[in-house]
Amino acid sequence: MTLVDVILAFVWIGLTAYVLFAGADFGAGGWDLLAGGAERGREQRRLIEHSIGPVWEANHVWLIFVLVLLWTGVPPVFAAVFSTLYIPLTLAALGIIARGSAFAFRKVSTRLWQRRLFGATFAFSSVVTPFFLGTVAGAIASGRVPAGIARGNLVTSWLNPTSIVTGALAVGAGAYLAAVYLTRDAERAGSPELAEAFRRRGLVTGVAVGVVAAVGLVVLHADAPSLFAELTTGRALPLLILSVAAGLASLVLLWLRVFVAVRITAAATVVGLLWGWGVGQYPRLLPGVTARQAAATDAVLAATIGAVAVGALLLIPSLWWLYATFQRGQHETPASPSGQEST
Amino acid sequence: MVLLTAPATYADLVAARTQMALSLGWHIVLACLGVGMPAITLIAEWRGHRTGDAAYQLLARRWARAMGVLFAVGAVSGTILSFEMGLLWPGLMGVYGQVIGLPFAMEGVAFFIEAIFLGIYLYAWDRLSPVKHMLAGAPVMVAGVASAFFVVSANAWMQQPTGFDVAHGRIVAVDPWAAMFNPSTPPQTTHMILAAFMVAGFGIAAVYAVGMLRGRRDRYHRLGFLVPFTVAAVVTPAQLVVGDWAARFVADNQPIKLAAMEGLFQTGRGVPLSVGGIAVNGELRGAIEIPYGLSILAHGKPNAEVVGLDKVPPSDWPPVNIVHPAFDLMVGMGLALLLLSVWLGWAWWRRRDLPRSRWFLRAASLGGVAAVVALETGWTVTEVGRQPWIVYGVLRTADAVNPAPGLVWGSVLVFVVYVVLTVATVYVLRRLSRDSPAPAAPQEHDVAEYPVA
Repeated sequence: MTLVDVILAFVWIGLTAYVLFAGADFGAGGWDLLAGGAERGREQRRLIEHSIGPVWEANHVWLIFVLVLLWTGVPPVFAAVFSTLYIPLTLAALGIIARGSAFAFRKVSTRLWQRRLFGATFAFSSVVTPFFLGTVAGAIASGRVPAGIARGNLVTSWLNPTSIVTGALAVGAGAYLAAVYLTRDAERAGSPELAEAFRRRGLVTGVAVGVVAAVGLVVLHADAPSLFAELTTGRALPLLILSVAAGLASLVLLWLRVFVAVRITAAATVVGLLWGWGVGQYPRLLPGVTARQAAATDAVLAATIGAVAVGALLLIPSLWWLYATFQRGQHETPASPSGQEST
Repeated sequence: MVLLTAPATYADLVAARTQMALSLGWHIVLACLGVGMPAITLIAEWRGHRTGDAAYQLLARRWARAMGVLFAVGAVSGTILSFEMGLLWPGLMGVYGQVIGLPFAMEGVAFFIEAIFLGIYLYAWDRLSPVKHMLAGAPVMVAGVASAFFVVSANAWMQQPTGFDVAHGRIVAVDPWAAMFNPSTPPQTTHMILAAFMVAGFGIAAVYAVGMLRGRRDRYHRLGFLVPFTVAAVVTPAQLVVGDWAARFVADNQPIKLAAMEGLFQTGRGVPLSVGGIAVNGELRGAIEIPYGLSILAHGKPNAEVVGLDKVPPSDWPPVNIVHPAFDLMVGMGLALLLLSVWLGWAWWRRRDLPRSRWFLRAASLGGVAAVVALETGWTVTEVGRQPWIVYGVLRTADAVNPAPGLVWGSVLVFVVYVVLTVATVYVLRRLSRDSPAPAAPQEHDVAEYPVA
């Protein structure tokens, strides 16, 4: 294993965390969109806000982490991807702005029209953003981003069968993960009706994502045959099997209302697909470009690995404290006096 | 789609530069508040905890709420910048991304820490003991300063590119530590971090100065003014010294940038300091000249030689009519803020009170704007003064830009989004400052107490 492989492993771990955590946040935004009118959807929106409020920013940082590691570890690949795919990436970036700020604005808004406006912006961009990010993944997976700067087709590189399917898959996977996570959150918040509602949605989206993934394999067969071969007969096959098995297990667990365990199997379903893609494509990053060819110098890779390792020592306990603080039901101390007024 | 078949034009380069300037210029204000506000908020929280003074407690809660909004907007606008590094400047990142990657990776970690602890700080107000809660705020403050250091050290590298060799058109022998700790890093990072505290301090104080001018002179408003203003007033004199250091550094290491900052076309000895004026046909017209000023400021001797733009061909000149007025404006705002700080210091030393003149509050209510103007113009000097190079003396901006057609349209879209974002942010912050009663920080049980209909 060379240094660049370590960096790529970090990238993939970061991407996995982004998909599992931020992906679910996007999915929750999607459910916010479908929660119904202001009155009917109130409880659901409240649960969503409650669940993702404290954590979405930390979840979002994984993306920055991935980008930075890409331009540090394999700079020509970063440049090629971003210059050719600047249209979907610009749209995704605008979606990220609209979503994050609108969510923060809604949180502190008290008037109905404001909450509706910010909420709609938040929810709409929650669906749009993962779609465009997904098309980018499809563009790379189907070999449509050539090496060099802006050498690929600016439109068909990301508007093609594989990209559409991966875009849909990204939206669907987020919605599915969110439904599964929210089921347990609702249960813990003492709302069995909400848990039931999200359980139904989890079952429906779980089946839907399975169908999309199956269609995706057919599309890959026609559109990206080498990746298809790796996934179905090559090194990536075990991961594909893991994904399918975990997906089926999740549906059963969800059906049986085992809401904690299903979080793990649902995550494994998505992880299987993501790592299947990674393993299937490795070591070729772009057509004719291997990881070794695109790699930064060893001094850079070693320093970056060191920095990330030290960072992880700080980050892991911090993240643990964050999630532990908000997954715990009880308050440690009573609320301090609030609401004094002097204006 | 037709637009995308046309080749990239000069307008695309201008669009890319404008888009970058807009996104950075926007983000930098938020970033400064993100660096400075946690400290100011923690001071208020600590005083509130120590004294039991309700005014401090309310201030801490209000500032924390505002910080939550500002941090969210800052986080997303910062993310856009990391996209734009690739979307707009693949020619830079594809080659030099690895050279400046290390500080960005560290910034990623620092930013992560900031986001994690801010989440805890904002949302766990009612779940942690007061001391633990303040401890959760401390990493936010430290990580904010560290982030600023890392990001600005990457920018400093663009001014003083070190730590790599080029052989046969490829980058070899990269020393990422030398790149990160390049000669420009110490003055530039220090200058920026102090600027952040000035922007946050004068900015928050200005809000309460306006309130006091409108007759709200209660303890809440006095403290809301005094805490941030004091922080900024302490930092300002130091900033003057650091600013001088940064300028001398530029004089020694980027003489052409200094020439543009001063509108100096001819190399000479005993060069006067020119304030104001417009560059026309290779000379600066209408400036006020202070004899020997520039020679003394740049090199410490009245007869020292100062390099002018004539040392390089005009194609390597930065745009003087942007850089020179921006520099004057930054210095002017800095001096005005220093004067304001001294004014408060004097009154406090004499009477333990704010200056009595209403003019003080009027000036202080403009202090926030002045600090932001100084920030933006200072950043303009740094970045436009480096043109036409994206990496000083190594890579031209025009060679780094994404050659794909249609960047203009992307920029128009980004511009519209930023306008909407600005309006919404200002609106939400204004509402937040008036919400009555003020809820605690945006912790979860607020949602239940508020009309969510």
